[in-house]
Amino acid sequence: MIHIDIRARLGRFALEAAFDVPTDGVTALFGRSGAGKTSILNAVAGLLQPTAGRIAIDDVTFFDSTARIDVPIPQRRLGVVFQDGRLFPHLTVRANLLYGAPRDPTLTAEPPSFDDVVALLGLSPLLDRRPPGLSGGERQRVAIGRALLMKPQALLMDEPLAALDGARKAEVLPMLAELRALRRVPIVYVSHQMDEVVRLADTLVLVSDGQIAAVGPVEDLTSRIDLRPLTGRHEAGAVLRGRVASIEPEWGLALIELGQQTFTVPATDLAVGQGLRVRIRARDVAIAVTPPSATSVLNALAGTIVNIAATDGPHVDIRISLLDGQHLWARITRKSAAALRLEEGCPVYALVKAGAIDRHSLGPPPGSEDEPA
Amino acid sequence: MPELSPEEWSALVLSLQVGAWSVAVGMPAAVATAWLLARIPFPGKALVDGLIHIPLVVPPVVVGYLLLLLLGRRGPVGAWLDAHFGISLAFTWQGAVIASTVMAFPLMVRAIRLSIEAIDPGLEAAARTLGAGRIRVLATITLPLAAPGLLAGAVLGFARSLGEFGATITFVSNIPGETRTMPLALYTFTQVPGGEPAALRLMILSLAVAFAALALSELMARRLRQRLGGGS
Repeated sequence: MIHIDIRARLGRFALEAAFDVPTDGVTALFGRSGAGKTSILNAVAGLLQPTAGRIAIDDVTFFDSTARIDVPIPQRRLGVVFQDGRLFPHLTVRANLLYGAPRDPTLTAEPPSFDDVVALLGLSPLLDRRPPGLSGGERQRVAIGRALLMKPQALLMDEPLAALDGARKAEVLPMLAELRALRRVPIVYVSHQMDEVVRLADTLVLVSDGQIAAVGPVEDLTSRIDLRPLTGRHEAGAVLRGRVASIEPEWGLALIELGQQTFTVPATDLAVGQGLRVRIRARDVAIAVTPPSATSVLNALAGTIVNIAATDGPHVDIRISLLDGQHLWARITRKSAAALRLEEGCPVYALVKAGAIDRHSLGPPPGSEDEPA
Repeated sequence: MPELSPEEWSALVLSLQVGAWSVAVGMPAAVATAWLLARIPFPGKALVDGLIHIPLVVPPVVVGYLLLLLLGRRGPVGAWLDAHFGISLAFTWQGAVIASTVMAFPLMVRAIRLSIEAIDPGLEAAARTLGAGRIRVLATITLPLAAPGLLAGAVLGFARSLGEFGATITFVSNIPGETRTMPLALYTFTQVPGGEPAALRLMILSLAVAFAALALSELMARRLRQRLGGGS
């Protein structure tokens, strides 16, 4: 369990954050810029001293104002990956990677090894170069490697992709998803990008104006309408959990099992039987009241409307309970909803174009234990 | 340039010797002071900052006289040094080093402090999260990144020592072979009839030494820039 219960004051900004999240898995701190996400992360790292409270990971206490505990930063052994990388410009990539490497031989022997990190992050061509000559993506890869090689008790990542453009992001994101295969430590990930959160995180902590708005599994929070203002209007959607049933290499598609129904996604680099999460944006879901025929849309999931949330604009958000009990959001126009006479309890079909699902919508299941430990 | 006379040689060697020792003695203290001022908050910082800058703003003669009062044979510190260690600074070249160091100190601190303040504190914080204690951060991150400032501080301090006149002549007098550095020798020649040609030669020699020092520092600065900024 990661336990955080802190108060801090930064100028006129007051932070009050209390939550517990499982150590097993990736926890995302999500919120707008200035919400206080980074301050929480810095407090855990020791870079910001709370005025009061307690911070602990499992039975290791890092800060406790009543017990007067404040472990010095170098002794916390928390691997921090900063938004701007913060590589040491006068040292080679190799020296950067090894800067935090522990001298204690029992720690040195812990995974991951130098070679594993270099291999996963593709750093071997860079080892003798210096940071000023690296691209943004290369720098972040080195920063991640440096944090891993200190053999940390936890990884704290502060928007490691925020400074990268789309192509660089696509280069680093898959590596982040594989980090936990190298070292099984809790990861706290600060982000304001919902696609990253869905791809990487198991537990979501919504931070707003220095307060914690909600804590819970990513699927639950992203499908709650009352949290929409925080999880993002355009990003509104839900996450479905399933298992890969089969692959159709000739079409470049994979079939995902959701209870009795199947769902088609464009991806072939998945293993049959593998657990998977699929994020489906509300705006990519259409509704039909009869089973659709002669349509290009591959996915028609049967379900029942559980509620209809009217918005100010021309749209309504409709929550559909699927046959296996999972939920999906659909955003359609008020006009269509009226024409189809949709109301709570109506049986409907949720139509999702497979083409609306891309690589960024797919992620490993929470606390994924699929990969070899 | 014709051969140097023994007096000129003596003044040149003495100047270089005093300059080198001033830098050697002053730099460690200047680095420590600059780091404290740049990175550690403490009460009375403005006062310390002001005290360090005194030699820049008062006439050198005043500093020299103050040194004479403190470190002279009858001064409180000087008498103590003489009684316990048999060290006498007044009227010796070591005293000239002290005078030069005091005069050069604010310049060295200033250059080093500016370069430390220019380093992103985030890099030092990152080093700390990676397990480095304060000393290791200083030795492996702060000082290497401040190297251009250290070099600038050393060059400024050396140049200031070469030019030191007022504090030196007041504190340690003008003794040939002991405290008569180039500026003092030049001054001496201008005070005797027929000394102008010798003074002119010393002026040219001073200029040559100054240019050589500048050229050397520029060369070193270029090397440093290559190491710090230079791509692969």
